[in-house]
Amino acid sequence: MAQRYPIKVNVNGITYEKTVEARTLLVDFLREDLALTGTHVGCEQGACGACTVIMNGRTAQSCLMLAVQADGAEILTVEGLADGAALHPIQQAFLDNHALQCGFCTPGVLLSAHALLKENSHPTEEEIRLGISGHICRCTGYVNIVKAIQVAAEKGAENR
Amino acid sequence: MKPAQFDYFAPAKIRDALALLEEYKDEAKILAGGQSLMPLLNMRLARPRALIDINRIVSHSYIRQKNGALAIGALTRHWEIETSPLVRQKCPVLAEAVAWIGYPQIRNRGTMGGSLAHAHPAAELPAVVTALRGELRIIGPAGERTVKAEEFFQGFFTVALEPNEILSEVRLPLWPASAGFSFKEFNRRHGDFAVAGVAALISLNERKECAASSIVLAGVNPTPLRAQRSEALLNGQKLSRETIEKAAALAAEDCDPPSDVHGSADYRRELVKVIVRRALEEASARAMQNEK
Repeated sequence: MAQRYPIKVNVNGITYEKTVEARTLLVDFLREDLALTGTHVGCEQGACGACTVIMNGRTAQSCLMLAVQADGAEILTVEGLADGAALHPIQQAFLDNHALQCGFCTPGVLLSAHALLKENSHPTEEEIRLGISGHICRCTGYVNIVKAIQVAAEKGAENR
Repeated sequence: MKPAQFDYFAPAKIRDALALLEEYKDEAKILAGGQSLMPLLNMRLARPRALIDINRIVSHSYIRQKNGALAIGALTRHWEIETSPLVRQKCPVLAEAVAWIGYPQIRNRGTMGGSLAHAHPAAELPAVVTALRGELRIIGPAGERTVKAEEFFQGFFTVALEPNEILSEVRLPLWPASAGFSFKEFNRRHGDFAVAGVAALISLNERKECAASSIVLAGVNPTPLRAQRSEALLNGQKLSRETIEKAAALAAEDCDPPSDVHGSADYRRELVKVIVRRALEEASARAMQNEK
């Protein structure tokens, strides 16, 4: 049996205490151990951005981190964005502006948009495009994604 | 795929990390920001017996000015360098280069030391640290030593680090505040590795001639390549369009670019000519502006 390590992680406001194998990726821990399957596994090499979460206030690709490294961290996943049945303003803007098609890239893009608007409440189009440059949308729906983030910014989504 | 099994350690002190390296030698890998190593582990292109995670050695994350140089701890993350007022003020070419690294998620995790030790031929930091004539502080069982960036990068993904040593700091000598600088890179999408890149610095004398210059290329050689003939050509000269074009042509002649899916060697050589010209134009325009 491989050695297991105890970790304590706060995910979306809930503290979890679990043990993990050292080689378990953070994304697999979120999906398999915590059953938070909103975070997607795409390329597993840090190229697609589907597994993006917010860790201690900054975006990170959870396929490029070990779960054991998240010990003591605060993590926000897509499940933590909405307030009960009420969508987060960024999610609402994505819905209103048809900014998702198959939806595979969406959880990661939402979190990058959230982190971007926290840092820069009124980004230019170029700043938005740079902010989401770590995401691949294979439906190629970038135009509406950018539009949705602009709308979210106009509506003051950064206050959430 | 998922990583194969390994022994995992997360020491809080550098001496504990060194003791582990001594034990595992070249069967250990150091995990810094993980933005290059983790993909290799996931794809099982790397299968180390031990992984030494140095992210808990927080004492090695800092940016300080000392003795006319900027000292940056090996664990300093790219975003910290990108947003540091001290870097922007004292070493703006570094801030400009860092903004080209990957995308926000990569810059949030990736570290200065990790990028230098990994030594991807097209990476931004090895080129800009070489252009700044940086020095790297290395800690090993026998103590510390310092290596010049130009000697640190030895070949394709190969650096002057022994299996029992750790890179601890990079020191970047400061150029005069009036120096001009530029970092240019060409790639198909922002965040991709450079098809070709260049870091350039120029300072002027009182006659507005080039007093000193530094030109280092990325992505067109196994290691960052100092365009020495181009530098020599500029020094003591007025930076006319003709001189800049000659310097750019020499840089293109002197590089040894690879051919791959992103571009042939000939294409990259042509690209070097263009980006070196643009970098020198921008650096000299900035230097002229600063002299006013």
